[in-house]
Amino acid sequence: MSATSILDVRNLSVRYNGTTCDAVKDVSFTLGRERLGIVGESGSGKSTIGRALLKLLPTAKVIADKMRFEELDLLSLSERQMLDVRGKRMSMILQDPKFSLNPIQRVGHQVAEAYRRHFRCTKAEAREKALAMLDAVKINDPMRVYDLYPHEISGGMGQRFMIAMMLLADPDLVIADEPTSALDVTVRLQVLDILDGLVRERGIGLIMISHDLNLVRNFCDRVLIMYSGHMVESLAARELDNARHPYTRGLLAAQPRIGGSRKPLAVLDRKDDWINAVEPTA
Amino acid sequence: MKRVDIRNLSITFGTGPAAARVLPDVSFSVEAGECFGLVGESGSGKSTVLRCISMLTDIWSGKVTIGGTNVRDLAPLARSREIQMVFQDPYGSLHPRQSVRTVLSEPLKIHKLGDREARMSKAITDVGLPLSFLDRFPHQLSGGQRQRVAIARALILEPTVLLLDEPTSALDVSVQAEILNLLQKLREDRGFTYVMVSHDLAVVDHMCARFAVMQHGEVTEILPREAISGNGATHPYARELIAASLAYERAL
Repeated sequence: MSATSILDVRNLSVRYNGTTCDAVKDVSFTLGRERLGIVGESGSGKSTIGRALLKLLPTAKVIADKMRFEELDLLSLSERQMLDVRGKRMSMILQDPKFSLNPIQRVGHQVAEAYRRHFRCTKAEAREKALAMLDAVKINDPMRVYDLYPHEISGGMGQRFMIAMMLLADPDLVIADEPTSALDVTVRLQVLDILDGLVRERGIGLIMISHDLNLVRNFCDRVLIMYSGHMVESLAARELDNARHPYTRGLLAAQPRIGGSRKPLAVLDRKDDWINAVEPTA
Repeated sequence: MKRVDIRNLSITFGTGPAAARVLPDVSFSVEAGECFGLVGESGSGKSTVLRCISMLTDIWSGKVTIGGTNVRDLAPLARSREIQMVFQDPYGSLHPRQSVRTVLSEPLKIHKLGDREARMSKAITDVGLPLSFLDRFPHQLSGGQRQRVAIARALILEPTVLLLDEPTSALDVSVQAEILNLLQKLREDRGFTYVMVSHDLAVVDHMCARFAVMQHGEVTEILPREAISGNGATHPYARELIAASLAYERAL
């Protein structure tokens, strides 16, 4: 894995300004051309990892022994150099298209702008690129939808626009921060299938940040479990049912299941030693 | 325990040929003490039905009865002692500058009920929070604790029907389990009738005996809980929804 890894993080810790404890503490992982899920409750630091990788935390203290992205050492890059990395080589899909799209700009233009920001080309070329990408995310009639405003499109369509925008510059790494939690079940599967197809086809590394165990189980190869800023377990997604950490097991038991017994659901009985990770499985 | 009947509930904007029916003819009934689910995609009118039952929206036509009484005949004070609602987002539904005590005592003041302290401490312990939480403000509570306060606020007037609008969709799985257990227990102990909106069929399967699938404001099908695991729906949209949820959950 190490030969092909595109991301190598060693002992990443993040502390927000003015707080006394680390939001993320000593997290290490590597990522190859695979799909990695990061799961945890709200406040467990999973989104903070994504933001730290993109260096979107200017006021927080980010320490790491190593933060390598392909040939780049992310820790030493200046903000100016980061501008060429963000969006072009590493991009992030955010949770809610309602808040991530500019409400007073036509959606198609926002997608084309993402391309024009990184490649020297005419407006017409960028438009062509954007239209082709919209077609790839299965938007019907891209020509018509191109000129709509964000309020005129549905949530599922908005999220597909976000995916189009982020994949247009052909990045090597995509960080998807809860990409589908604002969507309905039926639409959610479509959007995930599209994202999954594009990621496989182009050999992009994907980090899927989510609180939904079912989602990472279905769409990821490997899963990291976060608990209050610590990485407590790392295992293959299909091994999730054999998780050994009590927190992971607790999360699995707390999930209501279709056709399950209707006994009261198991509730987490939190212990202080949960922040200690279990030994990784081979 | 009271039964809820909804007959030909509809909302129409405008008149003549340009009239837009946003909610065409919804009918279903909920047995006394039952937990009834409403599922469907966003914009299908699930929450609107709850808002109509609780008279938060009153431009509808049709008939809604609770235990045989038409909700339109109930005076606002009597109505709020029959029906209470728990909203989706506990971050938005609690006043940020009111302490839990203020939130819980306001309905008691309005209804001129005595024994305020005793009622408040009962409501807060019923939802599993310590008494000291009465003096906290919403920003000092976690999401799950806020939702418990929202449920306590709904319980304090001792209603018979609780309308739950996606009560756990803003919460983590672990906290969702706590809230669902709490709701189950309250129903067993007090015999509430629940109408619960959710987009998560696993939650519906866990909580409800029957559920209605809605699309474009219409109830396409009313199904028993058992129909989920075998996908026993006949309407194409209901089938698609259940199949999607099953695919999402299984797929191992």
